[in-house]
Amino acid sequence: MESLQILFTAPIFSLQLLIDGILIGAIFALAAYGMALVWGVMKIINFAQGELVILGGFIVFSLNKAGLNAFLCIPLAAVAMFVVGWLLYHIVIVRIVEKDLFISILATFGIAILLQQLMNQVFGADVQVVESELGTWFLFDGNVTVVQIKVVSFFIALMLGVCLAFFMKKTRLGQAIRATAQDARAARILGVNTNKVYATTFGLNGAVCGAAGGLVVMTWVVQPYAGLAYTIRSFMIVIVAGIGNVAGVVFAGLGLGAAENFAGFILGTEFQAAFVFSLLVVILVCRNFKLRLQRSYLK
Amino acid sequence: MKTKGRNFVLYGSILLISLVAPLVLPAYGTQLAFLWVMVVFALTWDIVGGQMGYNSFGNVVFFGIGMYVTAVIQRNMHYDIEEYVHVAGRVDTLASGEYLAGLFLGMGVGAVVAVVIAVILGFCILGMGMRGQYFGICTLGLGVAAGELANGWEYIGAGSGLVTPVFPEGLGVRGAFFYYIFFILAIILYMTLKWLYSGRFGLAVNAIRDDEDKAEAMGIHTTRYKIVAWCISAFFLSLVGGGAGHLIGFIDPTEVAFAGATFGVWMILMAILGGKGTLWGPVIGAVIFHITQELFWTYLFGWQRVALGALIVGIVVFFPQGIMGWVRERWPERFGHRVEEKGVFSVSEGGGA
Repeated sequence: MESLQILFTAPIFSLQLLIDGILIGAIFALAAYGMALVWGVMKIINFAQGELVILGGFIVFSLNKAGLNAFLCIPLAAVAMFVVGWLLYHIVIVRIVEKDLFISILATFGIAILLQQLMNQVFGADVQVVESELGTWFLFDGNVTVVQIKVVSFFIALMLGVCLAFFMKKTRLGQAIRATAQDARAARILGVNTNKVYATTFGLNGAVCGAAGGLVVMTWVVQPYAGLAYTIRSFMIVIVAGIGNVAGVVFAGLGLGAAENFAGFILGTEFQAAFVFSLLVVILVCRNFKLRLQRSYLK
Repeated sequence: MKTKGRNFVLYGSILLISLVAPLVLPAYGTQLAFLWVMVVFALTWDIVGGQMGYNSFGNVVFFGIGMYVTAVIQRNMHYDIEEYVHVAGRVDTLASGEYLAGLFLGMGVGAVVAVVIAVILGFCILGMGMRGQYFGICTLGLGVAAGELANGWEYIGAGSGLVTPVFPEGLGVRGAFFYYIFFILAIILYMTLKWLYSGRFGLAVNAIRDDEDKAEAMGIHTTRYKIVAWCISAFFLSLVGGGAGHLIGFIDPTEVAFAGATFGVWMILMAILGGKGTLWGPVIGAVIFHITQELFWTYLFGWQRVALGALIVGIVVFFPQGIMGWVRERWPERFGHRVEEKGVFSVSEGGGA
């Protein structure tokens, strides 16, 4: 509890934690947006979400190592991950899209393990990071440091989210995706090729994850086995915000980032992951308790 | 009469093969012992996941609890904790009697602790009526959270793990010793489940799987049955966990004890492979899966885990009904199902799975 005292004696430190948390939280929100998209449209909880993020990070890392500019790598990683998502849909997801949720959770969990192990074999088990070569701002007489790459990634993440929301609202394909989400059968009757829509949705999710992974590898680190935490974070954000609530996803993401940073500081970094997973259990139990108190009746 | 005689021969031969297996193949003692661990995994998962339809991803929690409680009790009974942690378990060896006392007491206490935790968690999760995918993901979080907590807790060795006491020489071969412990546990579990499934418990649990609201409306105490089913699962898992920790000899918080990505998924997979919701399915699934897994380990250098991942996806996507489900589809009359086809099949044999 010493660290808690530090927060009270030096409130400026909380500001530091808050800023760091919120900047990281935008990336969580981006990955969660992809999960909400797949969940809403295909009724699948994609448990390979975190692994797609990490894979995106590794793609950026490899391209950067080959000599490309790190920021240029992000769109390339997004395109590559679109293809990965599209392929994953056609190989596996197409067979489970109509089945019950348990099968889809287990199958995507299997994909997650497969991707983990493949990344471990191909990229090695080491922790990797990409240097962005950006500086640091010192605020309040150097009491608060803001790493510039985190700010940049925050705005890239928000921009991507806005672009995606715009795509869903305005384009023909976005409308088809939303129509499928509302009622797949009706959309099919009206001439929407739902199979294509599903493939695109999963590909888009892959692209979003790829971009998020590129930001993760630049602001933080990637490691083949770190994926599950991102999956759980995305899931929590979607649960708290609700499917299809974009503003909610953003705020829940930022909030989670901040909460996690504070917990990591107060409890010690070794308990930060434990905090994330315990928070999931607590959120689910609370949500369930709330639903239980709710009474509904037929009119 | 004919079925009874055939069953007797079947059970007898399985029993006989199982009894002599470690004597015939002494080099594979540990792997054979783990075969029974896998059988217990699959059967305990199937109580909640298959028969009751609550797909838990976190049953491995109880395995880890049993493992840690057993190891900690044995450590605290015979050693000075400071000294033990300092030298990572390499202190003087225990006498056979001390070792056994610590092991069995630890397993017993571990089972009690696991059941108490299962009741508490059961009231928080099952008692509140959490269902479906939310239950699955909640238990997944539970499993990983337990691993991460153990990872940070100094008293039980934190991230560097806990080494169990050296196996005393007076008890013979380590693999064979634990083989018989797990074998007896698996037999007891099988008998218990056979008895439970043939009675009111089985019917109630199956009713919950088929339609929980209707089951409750018919007067079944669904919460009570759900928690009891979870407790049975926890009880046997923690017992087998206590032994498994000592068989492996080293308890790593996330790789051995709360290994959600290996044991936690395997138990689901074995039950599905064999056919969930049957008694023999998980057993068959466990045997086949364990053999496949060991073959992968031997012949696919470095790529075995990739192959396992592919196997998981393959089984779930292409073979979700399992072996027993497939057999039942193929020969329905063997399971007492009447086949409506112009008077060809008239005799319906009872028994079966």
